Amino acid sequence: MLASAIISGIGLGSMYGLIALGFHITYVVSNTVNFAQGSAMMLGAVLGYTFGIKLGWPMPLAVVAALLVCALFGLVVERILVRPFVARGSNAWLMATVAAGIVLDNVVLFTFGKEPRGFPSALASQPLKIFGTGVYPLQLVIPLVGIGVALVMHLVLRNTRRGKTLLAVVQNPDAARLMGINVHRTVAVSFMISTALAGLAGILIAPLFSVSSEMGTLFGIKAFAVAILGGMGSAWGVVIAGLAYGLIEALVTSLLGSVYTQIVVFSVVILALALMPNGLFGRAAINKV
Amino acid sequence: MAFAMQKWSRLFLLAIGAASLSLSVVSAKAEDTVKLGLVAAMSGQSAKSGEAIVRGLSLAIDEINSKGGLLGKKVELLVRDDESNPAKGVIAARELVQREKVVAFFGGLDTPVSVAIVPFANQSKVPFIGVWAAGTAITRNGASENYVFRVSAVDALVDVALVDYAAKRYGAKKPGMILINNPWGESNEKGLKAALETKSMPFAGVEKFETGDVDVVPQLTRLKDAGADALFMVANVAPSAQVVKSLDRMGWNVPIISHWGPSGGRFTELAGPSAEKVHFIQTFSFSGNTSPKAAGVLEALKKKYPEIKSAADVTPAVGIANAYDAMHLTALAIAKAGSTDGPAIRESFYAIDKYDGLIKSYDKPFSKENQDALSPSDYIFTYFKGDEILPLTN
Repeated sequence: MLASAIISGIGLGSMYGLIALGFHITYVVSNTVNFAQGSAMMLGAVLGYTFGIKLGWPMPLAVVAALLVCALFGLVVERILVRPFVARGSNAWLMATVAAGIVLDNVVLFTFGKEPRGFPSALASQPLKIFGTGVYPLQLVIPLVGIGVALVMHLVLRNTRRGKTLLAVVQNPDAARLMGINVHRTVAVSFMISTALAGLAGILIAPLFSVSSEMGTLFGIKAFAVAILGGMGSAWGVVIAGLAYGLIEALVTSLLGSVYTQIVVFSVVILALALMPNGLFGRAAINKV
Repeated sequence: MAFAMQKWSRLFLLAIGAASLSLSVVSAKAEDTVKLGLVAAMSGQSAKSGEAIVRGLSLAIDEINSKGGLLGKKVELLVRDDESNPAKGVIAARELVQREKVVAFFGGLDTPVSVAIVPFANQSKVPFIGVWAAGTAITRNGASENYVFRVSAVDALVDVALVDYAAKRYGAKKPGMILINNPWGESNEKGLKAALETKSMPFAGVEKFETGDVDVVPQLTRLKDAGADALFMVANVAPSAQVVKSLDRMGWNVPIISHWGPSGGRFTELAGPSAEKVHFIQTFSFSGNTSPKAAGVLEALKKKYPEIKSAADVTPAVGIANAYDAMHLTALAIAKAGSTDGPAIRESFYAIDKYDGLIKSYDKPFSKENQDALSPSDYIFTYFKGDEILPLTN
């Protein structure tokens, strides 16, 4: 019973981690967050379904195409809904990105249809037996992808030119601009990465769940809780918080019963933030005057 | 440039505002029609149920209008989307009653929405007719003047039928419950416990889960460890599918006796091949139905909605059938009342004598003690074969 809870918990936790990484990356680069992350996740799943299942494209191509569109969505959000407000020193991007998510959900509702659809996958049809519990191969792939993405991000940031420009923008946008770094472009790229990550999470979860226009809402909220819990500024913190969140969720359900899940999980989130206001792995933000 | 951008974003926000306004309204040419309303899920995961209800009501309205309408006027249907959200449902009901002045209105699939509308219907003295949501408290709401009628299943009675079926068909001794965590789940938890108690059957446990839950294995494992030999399942189509998929993954082959949630959508596609193992309750099925009325209605449906090619394309047949009969019964009540006055129509519901309907021949379907037109003898057990819902013959 514990084994099955741990495996489901890690699988779900890495999903939350992937979406939360998207919150993290735009936050560190630009101090803004795209609240349409949940919708970007839904977009990934819906497009993956449309390209791969409905149109019958080969799955790798369908995934790449879906992620490209998700990245494009991130670019549109940054250009139209975040940058103009930030330029004016307004915080209205907050509401604007929430609205973008609602608009996207409704556009998909009308184009994709109202009914949830099934996303068949070879990775989620024959369960393997591990420690006596059935597990779909996909449930093992999801944590691998989650940790892999965090690792790649870490390496790219430290070891490549592009990564270093990103870090430079994080440290001091004005100085970076003076050094000839295109700050606008870097911020736009971070938004594109963040929505693509959410899209990837959507494609990964779809075969275990179902595809519908409203699937992203709950994931978006949980992922934001995870991002805050991990400390928005730390990539590893976010991933670890995601895993912890997923595990606590599954373990509470197994041991205490489902009635207590949300009560216990969110109480733990509140408690953790009360004890460590900057998240488990975050550093205190310094307000420069 | 910056200015142009600002203007752009402002325009965009305006567009957002316009887009997020609710579903557009069926245009109404007031006064010379008898207006009836519908508050149901037209979008979201239960959208197919709303479509089915609209079809059933529209078909009946076409028949009524072709025979001269009601009180010498044409009947007109105004549809509002509740998005499965109780607050939106109440707002929609208020708008229909107070602004559009509907004579009576119908409800959708979601018990939480209907439960929220009931007090408003009783206060405003406008008949509210349930055609899907089965929550016991919808019609048995304790109001001294009850304006809520229903042509659908009733949880308390469905639960008795589910328990009987589990015992008879599977010889279940200690079933478990896996229920959606909302008022519909609650309503059935009460009903199932009461039904089990009258049979003095113990139960293995009660587990709840959320619509958005990807993995129900933890809950099901608890039931399995507690020795459940059958499962009662109460949830809409997508969450029901998550239960079946989780059972598959656990490799637990246990009989599932379900409320009618799975019938609301593409259950086999969502749940995979094991979907066919789920036995669920219905009030009506076109498949294997030999009555001439059923054949006639199916023909009319095909004519009106060309995308319907066979009985398999009307998967939530209950929605169509319940709505169709409810519309005709409501029309009888309005005609009998001879007016559009709510209290008069309510009294006339009790005076309806005989009506030869799609689901059955009704004989005095409503009384002040029982505002539900259907009873357990009208329930049938069914299962999915591919995309089609077939009755179980046992």
